[in-house]
Amino acid sequence: MWDALQFEFMRNAVAAGLLVSLVCGVIGTLVVVNRIVFLAGGIAHAAYGGIGLAFFMGWPYLAGTLGFSLGSAGIMAAVTLRYRHRADAMVGIIWAVGMAAGVILLDLTPGYHADLMSYLFGSILAVPSSDLWQMGLLAILLIAVVAYDYQDFLAMSYDDEFARLRGVPVTFLYCLLMGMIAVTVVMIIRVVGLILVIALLTIPPFIAEKFTGSLKAMMAVSSILSALFTLTGLWFSYLLNLTSGATIILVAAAGFVIAALWERLRRRPAPSAGTRSSSP
Amino acid sequence: MEEAIIEVRDVWFSFNGHPVLREASLAVPQGDFLVIIGPNGGGKTTLLKLILGLLKPDRGTVRLFGRSPERVAHRIGYVPQNVHVNKTFPVSVLDVVLMGRLRKGRGWLYHTRKDRSAAQAVLEQMRVWEHRDRRIGALSGGELQRVFIARALVSGPEALFLDEAMASIDAQSRGDFYDMLKELNRTVTIIAVSHDMMILSSHVKSVACVNRELYHHHSGELTQTMIDQAYHCPVDLVAHGVAHRVLSRHGGN
Repeated sequence: MWDALQFEFMRNAVAAGLLVSLVCGVIGTLVVVNRIVFLAGGIAHAAYGGIGLAFFMGWPYLAGTLGFSLGSAGIMAAVTLRYRHRADAMVGIIWAVGMAAGVILLDLTPGYHADLMSYLFGSILAVPSSDLWQMGLLAILLIAVVAYDYQDFLAMSYDDEFARLRGVPVTFLYCLLMGMIAVTVVMIIRVVGLILVIALLTIPPFIAEKFTGSLKAMMAVSSILSALFTLTGLWFSYLLNLTSGATIILVAAAGFVIAALWERLRRRPAPSAGTRSSSP
Repeated sequence: MEEAIIEVRDVWFSFNGHPVLREASLAVPQGDFLVIIGPNGGGKTTLLKLILGLLKPDRGTVRLFGRSPERVAHRIGYVPQNVHVNKTFPVSVLDVVLMGRLRKGRGWLYHTRKDRSAAQAVLEQMRVWEHRDRRIGALSGGELQRVFIARALVSGPEALFLDEAMASIDAQSRGDFYDMLKELNRTVTIIAVSHDMMILSSHVKSVACVNRELYHHHSGELTQTMIDQAYHCPVDLVAHGVAHRVLSRHGGN
C-alpha cells in the first residue's frame, strides 16, 4: 500500500479524504441527529444546477456553485420552517429541478466539459494541491463555528422547543446549519462527488450514534470511521483498479452492515435475570 | 392585590383552520397553583404553549410577567408533555439538565462550575443524581420524568409549567411528587396541565377547564358544573383514598 504514496496524486487523495472525513463527521452528525438527511441530499443534488450555471456563465466554479447552493439551501430552510408537514415534497422538487437545470445548462455550454458522472462520484485521484488548502480552511472554519455554538446546537437538536424557551436562536441556528451543509457540499463535490458526500454525511454518524454517549463523541467517532472507510476504499480502488468514489461508498456500506450485526449481537438479552429489556 | 404574572386576554387560536381555542381569558396571580383540566384535544397544551410564546394567538394578547412571552420565557421552567422524544439521542442525563442553564449569547463549549453545582442540586432533589452519566434513552419513564423536571428547575424559575408531568410517574410516587410540588409552590407559581384528577385533591389553588372555551375557577374545589362545562357531557368524578374531598356533594344525574 505504501508504495502508492510515492505518487503526489495519491498523497493528495489521502489528504483530501482525511479533510473530507473530518468535515463530514462533524456536519454529518448534526444532519443525522436533526433528521435532515433528505434535506442534505436535496442541497447536494441541487448544487448540480450551480455547477451548470458556473460553466454556462463562465464564472469561477467556486463562486457560481457556492452562490447557487446557498440560495437553494436558503429556499429549503424557508420552506421547511414555514410548511413543516409539506417540506419533504418541496425538497424533492428543488432537488430534481436543481439537477435538471444543471444538465440543461451544461448541454447549452459550448466546448468540452466534464460529464455528469465525475460530479456524482467525484475524482478524488485528481485533487490539485490548491484545492487542499481551500478545504483545509473550510474545515477549520466549520469546526470553529460548531465548537462556538456547540451547546446551542446540542440543545436545538435534542429539544428545539425547550431550547427556544432558553433563548437559543433556534431559527438562526437551523439556517446556519443549512448554510454549512451547502458550503460542505460545494467544497467537497468536485473531489468526491455528491453521492459520496451524502454517504459520508450519513453512514458514519448513523453508526457512531449507537456507540457513543455524547454529541461530541459522536462527531469524533464519525470522523474516524469516515477516514477509515475513505482510506480503505481508496486502497481497494488502487489495488483492484475500481472507481474510487463508488468503492469508498461500498466500503462504508459494508462497515454499516458489520456495525448493525455487532449491535444486534451486543443487544441480545443476556440469560441472567435483571437485565433491562429494550423497547419492543 | 397580588400581581398577575400571567394574563391571557380574549385569545383565539386555530390550527390548520380548525378552531382550538376561542375567547380564552385567564389571569394567574403570583404564587398560584393552577391546574388546567379538560378532554383530549380540548386545547390544554395549546393554552400552555400560547402562554409560553411557543405559539402565537390569532387574536388577543398574552402577557407573561407583564411582557411578551418570548422575552421572558427564560424566567420560567417548562416540562413538556412528551418526554419520550429523541430517545436514541447520544446525550447524558447531566447534559440534558445543563440545557436548562443555557442563556442567550454564550459561546464555546463550556458550562461554569455554578451551572454544574446547580445541576447536581436539582438531580439530587429529584433523586436521579446516580443516573447522571447514563444515556438519556436508558432511563425508565419515571426516571425520565424526574430528569425533565430537574431540567425545568435548574434555572431557579419563578413559575413552573408542567404538561402532563405525572403521566409517567407510578401511582406510589405520585403522593411524594405532589408533596414536592406543594413545597415548591411556597416560592414558585405552578401551572399544571393534567389528566389526573387526583392532583386536584392536594394543594391546588385554582382550576381552569379547557374545552375550546376556558372556564377559570378561583378555587381548588371542583364542582359538577365545572366538569359539565368542560366536557360537555356528564362526567362523574370519583375521588378515592384522598385526604379531603375535592367535589362538593351532588345528587345523581
